[in-house]
Amino acid sequence: MSNVPADLRFLKSHEWARLEADGTITVGISDHAQQALGDLVFVEAPEPGRHVNAGEAAAVVESVKAASDVFSPVSGEVVASNADLGGQPELINQDPYGAGWIMRVRPDDKAQFASMLDAKAYAAALAAETH
Amino acid sequence: MGLRTPLFDTHVAAGARTVDFGGWDMPVNYGSQIEEHHAVRRDAGMFDVSHMCVVDLRGDRVREFLRRLLANDVAKLTQPGKALYSCMLRDHGGVIDDLIVYYMDDHWYRMVVNAGTRDKDLEWLREVAAGYGVAVEPRTDLAMIAVQGPDARQKAASVIDPAIARRALEIEPFFGIDAGSLFIARTGYTGEDGFEIMLHADQAVAMWQKLREAGVAPCGLGARDTLRLEAGMNLYGNDMDETTSPLESGLGWTIAWEPQDRDFIGRGALAAQKASGDTRKLVGLLVEGRAVLRSHQKVMVPAVGEGEITSGTFSPTLQRSIGFARVPAKTGDRCEVEIRGRLVAARVVRPPFVRNGKVAIAL
Repeated sequence: MSNVPADLRFLKSHEWARLEADGTITVGISDHAQQALGDLVFVEAPEPGRHVNAGEAAAVVESVKAASDVFSPVSGEVVASNADLGGQPELINQDPYGAGWIMRVRPDDKAQFASMLDAKAYAAALAAETH
Repeated sequence: MGLRTPLFDTHVAAGARTVDFGGWDMPVNYGSQIEEHHAVRRDAGMFDVSHMCVVDLRGDRVREFLRRLLANDVAKLTQPGKALYSCMLRDHGGVIDDLIVYYMDDHWYRMVVNAGTRDKDLEWLREVAAGYGVAVEPRTDLAMIAVQGPDARQKAASVIDPAIARRALEIEPFFGIDAGSLFIARTGYTGEDGFEIMLHADQAVAMWQKLREAGVAPCGLGARDTLRLEAGMNLYGNDMDETTSPLESGLGWTIAWEPQDRDFIGRGALAAQKASGDTRKLVGLLVEGRAVLRSHQKVMVPAVGEGEITSGTFSPTLQRSIGFARVPAKTGDRCEVEIRGRLVAARVVRPPFVRNGKVAIAL
């Protein structure tokens, strides 16, 4: 079974988001997503300074098996992306909610974060998907 | 629910992720596909290949039958146990399947065909065999475990009956022995040394567990695919099928044109295709940058034409993407591949990419 931390918000497309103390939002892919993709080999994260829209493919994660878009859950400016993933894409496999974070976005509108699935709803979506 | 091998529960208990493969529920990995890949390149790994279909062919005219059936010539097999890789063709030259056939004695050959093509293969075998009085017997009672890697033979030998083990370690490459309860062949699909072991289905779990205790890593179909691609080996359904001939599939070397009077099925079509010179070819590709080749991506060859990726992956050994592409015959040493809307440069190389743990192309 995959890990779904209670303090995070999710998209049905398997991104997670965490609201940081400074108001920015950290984004990554869920444990379920990394398990389904298998060993990651490349990550293309957005350049800081780029403006992304909610629902826009902001990053690409590529595993041995397949490439997959990572959708930004919120509109806003990318303030950081995880440079460690360039040399160690496997951080996403090893620690999807920690060292495997992908990008940090300063949201234009905080309400978008609040409208994401909570952990319970995401876990229910996962259960529905696998049955 | 798909078909299951005798090892299915063992895989699930070991934490395997399973996928459908040719109608079978098979392990794709047990955690990390890349670690499984490296285990085979550096030490020893094992694959459940019980989904593959072992077929015994028996009859007084079995050699004559196989010389008609196969594009490669079993007359090359003069020593008992020797194996041959061949395509089995339709009259129009399309590949029904690729297979390995072992010459056991003058009345008995053993064939191993793919899982996904099993039904049509058996139908075709029986249709052609009828004219030769050859009995076609699928050995559904057998399981098969491939143990592959530089340490695979020693590790496998350590867990089998010592008398059989002594014989097993003397098997030459591309030979098999029938050792009663075990059929052991020095063959594989990874580019490494190793054995493929056929045994009764009810012995499979015990053998798997003994191999595991001997330090052989369970490996799934994911690693099997990256290993075979690095080794430059085709996958039926990806790299060739009934719409492509061996000449267009990098398998010209498996066609035995001599003797000229051997009338194998598909010969006329292949000869016509060869004479026309207008064939496509299957080449190896190495990507220069950070992008991964996948099946069906479009290949552009400037001033020559277009082609298609038939298999592609990230190579764990090379840390680059590699693949096969079917391209026009005049393709030179460079091309471009359309990957997610971008054109990515790739170099045409001659497979294998990796053999016996070593990089076999210029990077």
